[in-house]
Amino acid sequence: MPSIDLIANVVIAGLLTGLVYGLMALGLSVIFGVVRVVNFAHGEMMTIAMYCAVVLFGAFKLDPFLAVLPVAAVFFGFGYAMQAGLINPFITRPEHSQFMLLVAVAIIMVNVLLMIFGPSALNVQVDYQLESYEFGPILFDKARVLAAGMALATSAGLFAFFKYTNTGKAIRACADNNLGAKVVGLNVKHLYALTFGLGSACVAVAGCMMILLVDVVPTLGPGYTLLAFVIVIIGGLGSMPGALFGGILIGVSEAMAGLFFAPSAKSMFGFALLILVLLFRPQGLLGRKP
Amino acid sequence: MSALLEIENLDLYYGDAQALSEVSLSVDEGKIVAIVGANGAGKSSLIRAIAGIEKPRGGRVRFRGNEITGQESYTTCNQGIGQVAEGRQIFPTLSVVENLEMGGLLPRARAKAKQTMDEVFTMFPRLAERRDQLAGTMSGGEQQMLAIGRCLMGQPELIMFDEPSLGLAPTVVQEVFHIIRTLNAKGITILLVEQNVAVSLKISAQAYVLENGRIVMSGTGGSLLHDDRVRQAYMGL
Repeated sequence: MPSIDLIANVVIAGLLTGLVYGLMALGLSVIFGVVRVVNFAHGEMMTIAMYCAVVLFGAFKLDPFLAVLPVAAVFFGFGYAMQAGLINPFITRPEHSQFMLLVAVAIIMVNVLLMIFGPSALNVQVDYQLESYEFGPILFDKARVLAAGMALATSAGLFAFFKYTNTGKAIRACADNNLGAKVVGLNVKHLYALTFGLGSACVAVAGCMMILLVDVVPTLGPGYTLLAFVIVIIGGLGSMPGALFGGILIGVSEAMAGLFFAPSAKSMFGFALLILVLLFRPQGLLGRKP
Repeated sequence: MSALLEIENLDLYYGDAQALSEVSLSVDEGKIVAIVGANGAGKSSLIRAIAGIEKPRGGRVRFRGNEITGQESYTTCNQGIGQVAEGRQIFPTLSVVENLEMGGLLPRARAKAKQTMDEVFTMFPRLAERRDQLAGTMSGGEQQMLAIGRCLMGQPELIMFDEPSLGLAPTVVQEVFHIIRTLNAKGITILLVEQNVAVSLKISAQAYVLENGRIVMSGTGGSLLHDDRVRQAYMGL
């Protein structure tokens, strides 16, 4: 039996990582909640963001915290263009053809990354990855704390955007009542594209933070897509606080699995949670009843 | 007297099913024009085709002489064609104020949005009392007022009402028709689609009868009100 101190350390590390997961899932949740399209290339976009951070660090010694800005801006533009050019024409088509489209995009992303970077693991190394804050017996990894802080700040920014700005309210209006949005003369396609851009920017920030915590390989993508999906379903599809909460749950459960069983068993706990949620609260922990 | 809205030979299909067939009509500026007909006759389809929500397969729609056929709904709204849609189509999880703000985002209305909202609150004191309430938690009548207020936020010159009395209590229905006449008296042109044939013919200058996607009869509201075929088919007299 591990000591209480060790458990506390592991739980806190899991919670901090979980906030980064949560930000990634938040991107998926926002896109689904508004555009009603599941971004099956979400995890692949996450790995692309991680590679962007690696490249910017390698070329310019740019700290991932500074890389967040250009990477998020580029991802926003990319997301906007992808929705406007590629997904909007599919919006009225059946779900399986949307699924095929985004899975195709995902496969292309993984293989382009393989062609450019090869299959070996890459990372960034900054001084503060080795530092930590000490509170009695509990250690906080500095990188993890900062990454979680950035994830929280980005999420808070997104919440504020949706609550207080006209564009944010208009996006919520589209999600609320699509026909109503057309009736009052909102430009729904533009707002969809903005939403996809925002969701992509969330992934960009999450990816830049995640590279501080783990190494990246191109094949990480599908796993992250699944993870984001599991988090969003646990938290409640379309619920923004639910995505963050689900992220924390998954982060902590992964960490605990690593401690009590084996690190390779970490997904097991997440899926067990997923099954429990689907059985007893299908709308997700913070989701609204349909 | 000039026609504000002119529709010529409009055809609309949903897949292979024809919803509108060679519909032609005109709406004079400053008037109330009614379109009556049974459920499924194509009344709502006509409004959606004018608004740009559905794309017609053939025919033309002109507003102030400019062709607006098949353009996107936000462009149409911004030209001054407002709509109070069937089922109200408010935003249930947005507050009353936020719902109104959405109506005032059109470029034509944005600068005056604050002032217009005050006017809407004067017109509908109920909405002012409930400004921070979520729209979905209000009664049907209040939601209808909100839908009308939201439409007014866009500074429309023409308002298309789609079944504004549907599902409302009789006293509220009277109020809605009163509001429609008040708006018309302020100079807003009205295109009214209603199942409540008697009332809508009474208040309209011009009316059209739509059956199976076709205009089968037209005339002044008064003449149709006293037409035997209309009275038999739509008023059960």
